[in-house]
Amino acid sequence: MCSYIVEKAGMIGTAKGPNSRWMRIDTANVYYDHPYEAQLDHALCVDFVCEADGGRERVAIEISRESALDLIEKIKSALASGDTSHAQAAQANMTCSLKGSREDIAALF
Amino acid sequence: MSYPGLVADTVKFRAHNGDTGDAYYAWPTGNGKFPGVVLIHHMPGWDEWITEATRKLAHHGFGTIAPHLYFREGPGSPDDVGARVRAAGGVADEQVIGDAKGAAAYLRAQPHANGKVGVIGFCSGGRHAFLISCKAPDDFNALVDCWGGNVVVDDPKALNAKRPVAPIDLAGNIKCPILGLFGNDDENPNKDQVNRTEAVLKKLGKDYVFHRYDGAGHAFFNAARVAYRAEQAADGWAKTFAFFHKHLG
Repeated sequence: MCSYIVEKAGMIGTAKGPNSRWMRIDTANVYYDHPYEAQLDHALCVDFVCEADGGRERVAIEISRESALDLIEKIKSALASGDTSHAQAAQANMTCSLKGSREDIAALF
Repeated sequence: MSYPGLVADTVKFRAHNGDTGDAYYAWPTGNGKFPGVVLIHHMPGWDEWITEATRKLAHHGFGTIAPHLYFREGPGSPDDVGARVRAAGGVADEQVIGDAKGAAAYLRAQPHANGKVGVIGFCSGGRHAFLISCKAPDDFNALVDCWGGNVVVDDPKALNAKRPVAPIDLAGNIKCPILGLFGNDDENPNKDQVNRTEAVLKKLGKDYVFHRYDGAGHAFFNAARVAYRAEQAADGWAKTFAFFHKHLG
């Protein structure tokens, strides 16, 4: 509601950014307000940025409240499913490209 | 009277702290002197609709300047620049007031200016316009507040170093007449907040007129948005032009 209130989530990862180029991201700025582009009165908006690189580029989404709630559930489901699969893989002594601590992953960048 | 002939361009102006700022300026062509209007953009930024609104005011006889309040963030598309400003917690009130004063000075310096300047703002710009009239009462001759949220502050989180004071607490300083336009379905400002703003202005003996529109929420002038309400917007624009002509010439 034009409030300037933004929730910030720190993260480790990458996003496909401007000019179809991958960029590393370390922050998601999340707010529920009037969107810029989506034809919705209010939208859940997320700007994925890399503050360590100056935060000038972003990958943005603007989705409806219902879409956001559904996305949250799908993320939870995907993580639960992945955790199960990866646990089985670990038991079978298989390696997994996503294995590693946050520090290990951060060191990749 | 309308002025289909107009000139519009991006210009440089002397902003807060002597910074050189960007602005969009549109003025009616033709003989005679014209009143001026400083248009304060909404929170999304200095976007296409803001330039349309600037030209609309020029079409109706007002030399109108829309200062780019986010110019210090550097170049970029309006939405990207606006996102950076939002992530930084917005722009500081004092900076906006300085930019608005600089924009008013730019208008008064034009050869076709009649010397009178009003201010209009939309959304967060409505709050800014209200605040500008409180903090720079000698620079502006009329105020139009279009659904400015947080003029009355109920959420303490809305007050911080950049926005230290609720504008309503400074309303006693306003010298100019006020026109307020609001949608009854708006959540910020909601109907109760609009009523409380009006109560303060009434108690202070200010020269004000408020219009509340049923079937309209926030940003109902914006034809590019789902919030657009054609009938209410047409009436609101007509009231805005009449108000500014009455008080600015």
